[in-house]
Amino acid sequence: MLPEMSEMPNAPAAFPRMVRPVSGRVVAGVAQGAAAQLRLDPVVLRLAFVLLTVVDGLGLVAYAALWMFTPKEEVKGREPAREWGQLAAYGVLWLALASFGWLTGASSGGFGMWPIAVGGIGALILWQQADPGRRQRWMSGAVKQVSTTWVRTGIGALLVVVGAIGFLAASGELAKARTGLVFTAVVVGGMLMIAAPWLASLVKELQRERTERIRQEERAEVAAHVHDSVLHTLTLIQRNAHDAREVARLARSQERELRNWLYQPKQDADATLAAAVRRVAAEEEDAHGVQIEVVCVGDCELNEGLVALLHAARQAMVNACKYSGAPVVSVYAEVEPDEVTVFVRDRGKGFVLDDVPGDRMGIRQSIIGRMERNGGSARVRTEPGDGTEVMLTMKREP
Amino acid sequence: MKTVRVLIVDDHRLFRSGVRAELGPSIQVIGEAEDVESAVKAIAELEPDVVLLDVHMPGGGGQEVLRRVLGSGSQVRFLALSVSDAAEDVIGVIRGGARGYVTKTISGTELTDAIIRVSEGDAVFSPRLAGFVLDAFASTEAPPIDPELDSLTQREREVLRLIARGYAYKEIAKELFISVKTVETHVSSVLRKLQLSNRHELSRWATARRLV
Repeated sequence: MLPEMSEMPNAPAAFPRMVRPVSGRVVAGVAQGAAAQLRLDPVVLRLAFVLLTVVDGLGLVAYAALWMFTPKEEVKGREPAREWGQLAAYGVLWLALASFGWLTGASSGGFGMWPIAVGGIGALILWQQADPGRRQRWMSGAVKQVSTTWVRTGIGALLVVVGAIGFLAASGELAKARTGLVFTAVVVGGMLMIAAPWLASLVKELQRERTERIRQEERAEVAAHVHDSVLHTLTLIQRNAHDAREVARLARSQERELRNWLYQPKQDADATLAAAVRRVAAEEEDAHGVQIEVVCVGDCELNEGLVALLHAARQAMVNACKYSGAPVVSVYAEVEPDEVTVFVRDRGKGFVLDDVPGDRMGIRQSIIGRMERNGGSARVRTEPGDGTEVMLTMKREP
Repeated sequence: MKTVRVLIVDDHRLFRSGVRAELGPSIQVIGEAEDVESAVKAIAELEPDVVLLDVHMPGGGGQEVLRRVLGSGSQVRFLALSVSDAAEDVIGVIRGGARGYVTKTISGTELTDAIIRVSEGDAVFSPRLAGFVLDAFASTEAPPIDPELDSLTQREREVLRLIARGYAYKEIAKELFISVKTVETHVSSVLRKLQLSNRHELSRWATARRLV
């Protein structure tokens, strides 16, 4: 019979000369070689050879001729084993078709020839599904592969059914049909017996390969990330080893970045409040070297009012970092059905609100003024020695 | 003051010795363990007051230790200590039976306080854990199955909010005009709800927060 399976899709664009591949051949690699030359699936050619052989022995002659005139592909090392299972399957198929032909006189051009041809093509396509796993390794794009596999299975099954019905219609006689049906059942049963363990192992192999590929992709992504961020930071830390503040800042910002990567849902910091609050806190933390702990409850889309709230919150964080002297600033943002509240709190030295000079714009303008202009409110609670807490509230738009 | 006997369970040796060095004089470290097996064995042998439990460890992690130790009827109290901020880990280990969850960035003094609090049977919530709980109990569309367990009272919500805002128990007590003991009672009650509530939203919520 015919050589094996499709190396074709990945093979070099054009063979300068037709050769008979060794790997994946079923008999001598003729069909596979020709398929590569014609850029077809080898199965198509195998099918053609089988059918031509059934019809009047022409396939056999053509195959033999091509075998003689085509050089074998050179291989280094051991020759891969022949696909005996495939060979057996094609053999059984040929036997089935030939028997049909003999039974109905179709091989000499009788009335039953076309149904047999159609049925044969369908059966071959179906059979060819037995080896998608092997193709998988050579072809990328697993998802697409699966869908085309299903389409082809469907077409194959349809062709078989059409062939069988056509056969019954053409022969017209129930008695003959029964013989044919029994025969078909035997053949299909035999094919299934050959294919079943194979199919099972293929499914297993497919799954294993897919898992392996996903794992490799993940590993590559992690490696890339570690390289871009962690290794880079470690280098910077070594270079700045004398500067304790800078080392702490680098370590902290790397930790935050890694945490976000590992644990935070991927959010768009330009679109949702929680992500935006985290980003603002991260930026101020980097700028001032003071740790800012953020806790967010709930989330919502940003709008104009909430952007103003964010600006005010940023100003509150800046104040806390710069003037409170506290090592940690706590930020808490909560989204409720009708309003959004952000608390910025430190346990630093605090101050007396009325003592803040009128020209200091931070609290009066950037925080309180901004919130009021945008329909929200701000409340500052502070006492010398007792830290500061800024509470910002903004109504959510209906 | 009575010293609290503590067992440190963590697979990083450096971290174990770091914690040992940081803990205050009222804490006595009686042993260390580095994986699930040795932890279960050490807890049975040493009977510590509090186990400082790492969440991620070879052999099933902190949750496996909780399952095996608490499953055998032990009354040992656990305080989970982890670098992870993942909601799934936090909620998972609390529902597994830990009485508190703090991250490894916690200062030595705060950790000492947390251990003492857990040894006295109270709960320890970090601001982040409080945020998670508020989030999990807020995201309710379906009516609670068991109203007593499945929802937080207004007072509990207020306490959790203040924890999330970075308030210490003492500050919360002052803010709400209640005693520290009452604050502790509220937090313990939230812990109980967190552990016993059958709301499947809790786990679903935690899983949904996970990232791939």
